[in-house]
Amino acid sequence: MQNSESIIDIGHVSKYFGEKAALDDVSFTVRKGEFVTILGPSGCGKTTLLRLIAGFLTVTEGSISIAGTDVTTIPPYLRPVNTVFQKYALFPHLNVFNNIAFGLNLKKRPSDEIKKRVNKVLKMVGMTDYEERDVDSLSGGQQQRVAIARAIVNEPEVLLLDEPLAALDLKMRKDMQMEIKAMHKKLGISFVYVTHDQEEALTLSDTIVVMSEGKIQQMGTPKAIYDEPANAFVADFIGESNILNGIMIEDNLVSFAGHQFECVDKGFESQEPVDVVLRPEDLYIFDPSEAAMLTGKVTSSIFKGVHYEMVVLTTEGYEFIIQDYHCFDAGKDVGLRVKPSDIHVMKKERLFNTFSGTVVDKAHVRFLNQVFECAEASSFTLGSTVSVYIDFKDVVLFDYEEDGLFGGDVKFILYKGNHYHLTVSTHGNENIYIDTNDVWDTSDRVGITFAPGSIHITNINS
Amino acid sequence: MAQPKFLTLLSLRRNWAIPYLLYLFVFVLIPLFLIVMYAFMDTEGTATLANFRKFWMQPEALNTFIYSVGIALITTFLCLILGFPAAYILSKTNTRGARILILLFILPMWINFLIRTLATVALFDFLNLPLGQGALLFGMVYNFLPFMIYPIYNVLQKTDQNLIEAAQDLGANPRQVFLKTIVPLSVPGITSGIMMVFMPVISTFAIAELLTINNIKLFGSTLQENIYNGMWNYGAALSLVMLLLIGVTSLLGSEGGAKSEEGGLL
Repeated sequence: MQNSESIIDIGHVSKYFGEKAALDDVSFTVRKGEFVTILGPSGCGKTTLLRLIAGFLTVTEGSISIAGTDVTTIPPYLRPVNTVFQKYALFPHLNVFNNIAFGLNLKKRPSDEIKKRVNKVLKMVGMTDYEERDVDSLSGGQQQRVAIARAIVNEPEVLLLDEPLAALDLKMRKDMQMEIKAMHKKLGISFVYVTHDQEEALTLSDTIVVMSEGKIQQMGTPKAIYDEPANAFVADFIGESNILNGIMIEDNLVSFAGHQFECVDKGFESQEPVDVVLRPEDLYIFDPSEAAMLTGKVTSSIFKGVHYEMVVLTTEGYEFIIQDYHCFDAGKDVGLRVKPSDIHVMKKERLFNTFSGTVVDKAHVRFLNQVFECAEASSFTLGSTVSVYIDFKDVVLFDYEEDGLFGGDVKFILYKGNHYHLTVSTHGNENIYIDTNDVWDTSDRVGITFAPGSIHITNINS
Repeated sequence: MAQPKFLTLLSLRRNWAIPYLLYLFVFVLIPLFLIVMYAFMDTEGTATLANFRKFWMQPEALNTFIYSVGIALITTFLCLILGFPAAYILSKTNTRGARILILLFILPMWINFLIRTLATVALFDFLNLPLGQGALLFGMVYNFLPFMIYPIYNVLQKTDQNLIEAAQDLGANPRQVFLKTIVPLSVPGITSGIMMVFMPVISTFAIAELLTINNIKLFGSTLQENIYNGMWNYGAALSLVMLLLIGVTSLLGSEGGAKSEEGGLL
């Protein structure tokens, strides 16, 4: 069904809202007949991207072409795409038939053709006999069906779907997923589907585009993304995972959780710090024995329907989530084992916080729009531009914004087995990364300071 | 524990409505009943339809009535023509700008309409424009335009932006978006705007008297004259005719606006 011919080309697209970049240099291609899902947490830019394709927003930089035509500056009503809106957006002054016929009426199609085509799509979405109904009298699921019918009746080259199932309950959502997948097969057109639900993305897509903070983190088939996440963000966002800090000793040998493990990754530098991802279902759990690579104690065990989900605290103090059909009760001593091919080693995105700053005097450096004490400043000329480095563990957080030198919001939390790795966004939209043992919640407002003597600087040109 | 009786009365929240219900009864229901009674009676108090027959047979009152309805229709039409674009522009303006503009529209309403109308007379004098039918229409539109703008603005402002995007997405160019989406969606606002202009205009008389130097008589004036000259029964019958027209209008209005309750009378 698929061929390599591309239908949408997104080329280096950036979109700024004021100073803030909603999308930062995004490029990808949708092939004819492909089901592409744009997946990411709220605020990652996925809806902005869809609205750019539909034409409701214009790009700040870059270009978009659809079916070989550059549509970057073309208004939405001339683009060969149709959208299924998150909140349905059905016209309240029209009945079901006239809602669906809206696009065809605008194109002045003959009325018998309109009738035929509307009836055909109504049948397709299972809403025959609802033509005369008021849209307000329909349930959420029925409204969504009408919204889909209204879009596909125009036979677009691409159907854009903006979290179409977000407002439905779980059972209805599962049914609609299957219907959308079947519909995609039957229509043979490309679907671009936006969602924050990773399971939905894995179920539906040919290709998943994982986005965060306006950037594409990874693009690939559901299996590739699940099995080989490109970074800690993707690993954490898609499915459940154990993510730990590790050190690559040499090719095919990695050290984490206090032990060395054989793995299948190579091409890293010796002693390079890395992120290690282990899927909960890839860890084997058994009674303590010679075969154990790690030993520990079960701290919790929950029945999840198909499997048990257990948390094991290893002797070295690292926590692992394990999914297994066999139950090991809390308090039990166990051994753990993992296959080399199930250890996913990923390059770290950054090893410390980096800012650009200027030396203001012998003992102070300015960055993040503030002046900080810094002993190392004495060996730099005044006014010189420097790179500022601060270790993740040297950032100190406070419950109250006033207690810190400046404030921010906790945006993203990653559990690393024995500590949390937080992303805190300052009010100036700079990200600060922190390693901590304290428990915070996303969107907590915090005060931030840097431990004395922890601000390191180097010349930018050196 | 014995509570004073009036406190017990106050403890039920719905009892707080009693003063208003009393007012409603004395000043709305009883007068209405009296109007109906008087309309169907002669001066001696015997039941009769003579008052209505007089209205139907006497060309003067009937002509005034038809003329008044005509003026009301023209005024309403002019208000709609002027008010819809104004409301549309307002709804497109950012919040701060819109607030200032609305203030400018509503500001004249804070001055008593008699003073405003007298000022209009002075303005026409100053500009050497004749008073008469043109001045009357100007005065009517000037006085009632805000009542058209506000409900339409209210509806337009609440219009779901998604619906406009949906129309664009389905191939509607800006003109089609306006005609096929924005206008139909604003129907509840238009309906309540029409009602709020048409109904009071029918019974207005002061504006007509001042702006036409008593040359043009509207139905409101006829009513006022009859009551003033002690023709209570005939006056009551005329009032009833007008109430009937207003009743029919508001019935038609609520029929049209029934689909969406967002029209919102002020």
